[in-house]
Amino acid sequence: MPLTMSSGLIALEGVAVRFGATTALHGVDFTLRAGERVALVGANGCGKTTLLRVLHGRLPHEGRRLVAGDLRQAMVYQRPFLLRVSVWRNLMLALWLAGVPAAERTARADAALARVGLAGERNRPARVLSGGQQQRLALARAWAVRPQVLFLDEPTASLDPGAKREVEQLITEFSAEGMALVMSTHNLGQAKRLATRVLYLEGGRLVVDLATNDFFERPLPEPAALFLKGELPWSA
Amino acid sequence: MNEGFGAALSTAWSLVIGFDARLAQIVGLSLGISSLSCVLAAGVGMTAGAWLAVARFPGHRTLVAVLNTLLALPSVVVGLAVYLLLSRAGPLGSLGILFTPAAMVIAQTVLVLPVVAALTRQLVADAWHGNGEQLRSMGAAPFTAALLLLVHERLALVTIALTAFGRAISEVGAVMIVGGNIDGVTRVMTTAIALETSKGDLPLALGLGFVLLAVVGAINALIALVQRRQGTHEAAAPAAALPAAA
Amino acid sequence: MVRLILACLALFSAFLAHAQDKFIVMASTTSTEQSGLFAHLLPAFKAASGIDIRVVAQGTGQALDTARRGDADVVFVHDQAAEEKFVAEGYGMRRYPVMYNDFVIVGPKADPAGAKGKDVVAALVKIAAGGAPFISRGDKSGTNAAELRYWKGAGIDVTANKPAGYQACGCGMGPALNIAASSSAYVLTDRGTWLNFKNRGDLAVLVEGDTRLFNQYGVIAVNPARHPHVKVAMAQQFIDWVVSPAGQGTIAAYKIGGEQLFFPNAER
Repeated sequence: MPLTMSSGLIALEGVAVRFGATTALHGVDFTLRAGERVALVGANGCGKTTLLRVLHGRLPHEGRRLVAGDLRQAMVYQRPFLLRVSVWRNLMLALWLAGVPAAERTARADAALARVGLAGERNRPARVLSGGQQQRLALARAWAVRPQVLFLDEPTASLDPGAKREVEQLITEFSAEGMALVMSTHNLGQAKRLATRVLYLEGGRLVVDLATNDFFERPLPEPAALFLKGELPWSA
Repeated sequence: MNEGFGAALSTAWSLVIGFDARLAQIVGLSLGISSLSCVLAAGVGMTAGAWLAVARFPGHRTLVAVLNTLLALPSVVVGLAVYLLLSRAGPLGSLGILFTPAAMVIAQTVLVLPVVAALTRQLVADAWHGNGEQLRSMGAAPFTAALLLLVHERLALVTIALTAFGRAISEVGAVMIVGGNIDGVTRVMTTAIALETSKGDLPLALGLGFVLLAVVGAINALIALVQRRQGTHEAAAPAAALPAAA
Repeated sequence: MVRLILACLALFSAFLAHAQDKFIVMASTTSTEQSGLFAHLLPAFKAASGIDIRVVAQGTGQALDTARRGDADVVFVHDQAAEEKFVAEGYGMRRYPVMYNDFVIVGPKADPAGAKGKDVVAALVKIAAGGAPFISRGDKSGTNAAELRYWKGAGIDVTANKPAGYQACGCGMGPALNIAASSSAYVLTDRGTWLNFKNRGDLAVLVEGDTRLFNQYGVIAVNPARHPHVKVAMAQQFIDWVVSPAGQGTIAAYKIGGEQLFFPNAER
């Protein structure tokens, strides 16, 4: 059954994912709506990355996955794969792969580089950039194809505070431009700052799904509450 | 034994110094035939290897096993097969290219094609396993992703090409049969060495062997130089370690 | 760098594709090539006619088979029986005798079997009786065919009743000599290959001069009725030249260390 834009962008109904004998996700129901910023939180191995990948449509699964019409998506993986070519060429290749017409590619690549502040690195080999710069390039690459949904897997996990702040700023701006975001993070402060909705996963199960305010103010079921307590301080 | 090697080394040295025109012609022909074969094998083999790394169809695993088995193709067998094809009595006889360098190029291309394809397949399969999903996420069809991975792993491809070149330039069985070792036309280093050995001129044969190794060594040194110059642009993430052939 | 390489390869491919000068392919034997005759004879022919001869050297049997397949235009070998069969089967036009050289038996200087002398059959009898090591080429070559004839003349059947030291290597003349040199064995060889052979060990010529050791060469053009593509006109040009006084004189003029190797005897 096709979704309409108002009802949701991507919907999962009873979706489970198995890798061999292991079940990474058990029966997840979730609908992503336009304009949302969703944070996925939980301990390592709880299924955050798997949920991202199955939302993005990259994994075989049981249950149903529905996508609205011609939805453009992009994903920034935890360790973004950059080809051993220049920054510029990485961008142009991404635009080409996304089917952007040749005439528009240069302009969009230029805009993307400027957007993330990498215009000066244009001709350098992408692999010699610093960690933060590579992350920004991955974001530029995703932004350049103008996705309606952007998935991010721990986008600031390995960054220093300065770089972390820059990336969070970009993410906020993307959302302001109308992109729906689904982002996994192990940093609860980040979830509180950036998200409109927080999902807590444990052992492959979606245990809590609440608006951000509700998630952090209201009392939570036992495991989630303990998880929250283990993650101090708030002001990170 | 030592005296044999000594005589061979001094023969090799005087051959190189003397710059005998006939020797130069033989060396040039060897390099030309083997390089052309490697270029052809690389074009076809790298494409096929990349495709095989990402394609999925019934019998895929059997095909990979067959390919890996062809790594052990004896050069004489390839020579014989190509001879039967190109002989006047065979299907492609009307081309009239038996006993010419063209036939030798064909034979060596056939010989090293499995080497290139199998090694490329392994290289791309490993890279695909790690990063295929991200390329697919960006919108790449599997074969497009495979080709992008070839570009990404181009340094390792150079080593694959050099492996193929080594196999081609050192083989004697195939070029002997399809070329006929004709003086001045299809005589290459390896067939010349075989001839001198059978004439009992062992120092000359071994000397030619040293010359061959020296020429290939010089080429490799040149390539390493070029790679180092390109490498200084990158704080090189080292090229993917070449996986061992099955 | 890449462009330089591609340019070289392009040039080389052009070289491969380039229409060559006039040439014919001649199937001959390794012993003839290794005697050095062709390096002396063929340039003379080229000067006279402008035709290049590309020699593919194999054993006599292989050479005739190559011609049967149509992969050669002319054959130049030394096994009269096989040559006549070749013509009788319709693969060759006509056999022309060209020249002869001779075979010798070489063996260890100490000559443990006492084979030395002028009689090849007697020598073989002594070699077999003493169980001395003997290397046979075993490769369908003209030399091998001659060797088998001499054994037959000695009344010894080497297949049914192999003499004690008899070993067949399935190889050319040079490799057979290599084996004989390293194992101090007796071997039948043509004089030409022997004179050019450098790895002699303790071998020396022990049996020579027997008229039965004379080795007759024949030249035959491949029959265009069987293989329409063969360059029969140029092949015939070569044959006509090599049996002419000019060709015969060139053959006689070829010497190794002052010694004439081949004796022209074309029919006048």
